[in-house]
Amino acid sequence: MIGQIAAAAVGTVAFALLFGVPKKYYLYCAACGGAGWWLYVLLGGYGATAAESTFFATVLVIVLSRFFAVWERCPVTVFLISGIIPLVPGAGIYWTAYYLVTNRLSLALSHGFEAVKAAVAIVLGIVVVFELPHRLFRIAKR
Amino acid sequence: MCGEQMETCSAGRPDPRKVLKTAMEAGHILLENGAEIFRVEETMERICRYFGVESRDFFVLSNGIFVTGGSGGSKPYARVSHIPVRGARLDKVVAVNQLSREIEEGSYSVEEVAGRLEEIRRMPGKTARMQVLASGAGSACFCYMLGGSLADAAVAFAAGVCLYLYILGISGPHLSRIVGNIGGGALVTCVCLICFRLGLGEHLNRMIIGSIIPLVPGIAFTNGIRDIADGDYISGAVRLLDAILVFMCIAIGVGVMFTVYHRLMGGVLL
Repeated sequence: MIGQIAAAAVGTVAFALLFGVPKKYYLYCAACGGAGWWLYVLLGGYGATAAESTFFATVLVIVLSRFFAVWERCPVTVFLISGIIPLVPGAGIYWTAYYLVTNRLSLALSHGFEAVKAAVAIVLGIVVVFELPHRLFRIAKR
Repeated sequence: MCGEQMETCSAGRPDPRKVLKTAMEAGHILLENGAEIFRVEETMERICRYFGVESRDFFVLSNGIFVTGGSGGSKPYARVSHIPVRGARLDKVVAVNQLSREIEEGSYSVEEVAGRLEEIRRMPGKTARMQVLASGAGSACFCYMLGGSLADAAVAFAAGVCLYLYILGISGPHLSRIVGNIGGGALVTCVCLICFRLGLGEHLNRMIIGSIIPLVPGIAFTNGIRDIADGDYISGAVRLLDAILVFMCIAIGVGVMFTVYHRLMGGVLL
């Protein structure tokens, strides 16, 4: 599990680089990505569904991103977009395509809906955390 | 009300047309590089407010900015700027954001702001080699993260590198978003299938899932959601549509390559 979380953190930094995030923010991006995946795996271990784990992991990523944004006085987008990437349901896309072409349509449908549910969980996570008032995050202000 | 020499608000207000033009430029850079709609509006508003433009109206869409405004006796300024959807450079968003903070703290003239914006516009990006390596590393990491073995990760690295070479060399400059992403999904699947047939890597699915991640439209997706949450429905809907389209194209690309493989090899794999 440690290895997987480290991989999530390093992978997040690789994508941060692709998005042109400045170097000095790489560590924060790694923290967001790693923490999100840690919670995702942890909740999955307790029997949570993919959508549930995705929701709580998204919430954690965004809360962290907002703290980092206040701390570093820069747009929250920088941490948010990189940190959320590990949670994007890439596997759902793959399995949907795979079962579609192998003509196992009910499996394709259920995997497709899993992916949509995970995407909706991300949407909910983002919307909920951005409703929190800004002053909650001001304690991180330097 | 003001001549060519303009220092700060106190000395006499700078030419409102010049201010609006500068604000437009700032908004242009932000929007082009993956900022949210409200950040674009807020930054333009800040610049105009600080330099004392009396009336100003901005209408920002995901691919265009409309500006009108002016002060007292000056000729009104009105402009529409079309901004096509492009790849994101968050470092430029950070730089413009920083600049707008500094403007509010004072000590910038309009000319200086325009100069700084020009510098930001020309900020060098990461080299192609770095981007290709990052794509490979990202693919490998995500493959490992999803439970792939080290051999799987190595294949994902190769596929990620091929994918980004394709994005930089072929799909980016020459192909539409739809065909480009279908091609990307197909290319990744093809590389992984070949390696898998050669006996490299153990989990075909994890290799492919890891290496399609560089195609995933993370910026369009998250910004689309945030724009809708902010009430910018048109822009949010356009960005989400863009994201959904890309997701579907990736899936189609993967599916097409699997179909081709089945036809060529006969029978079902895995």
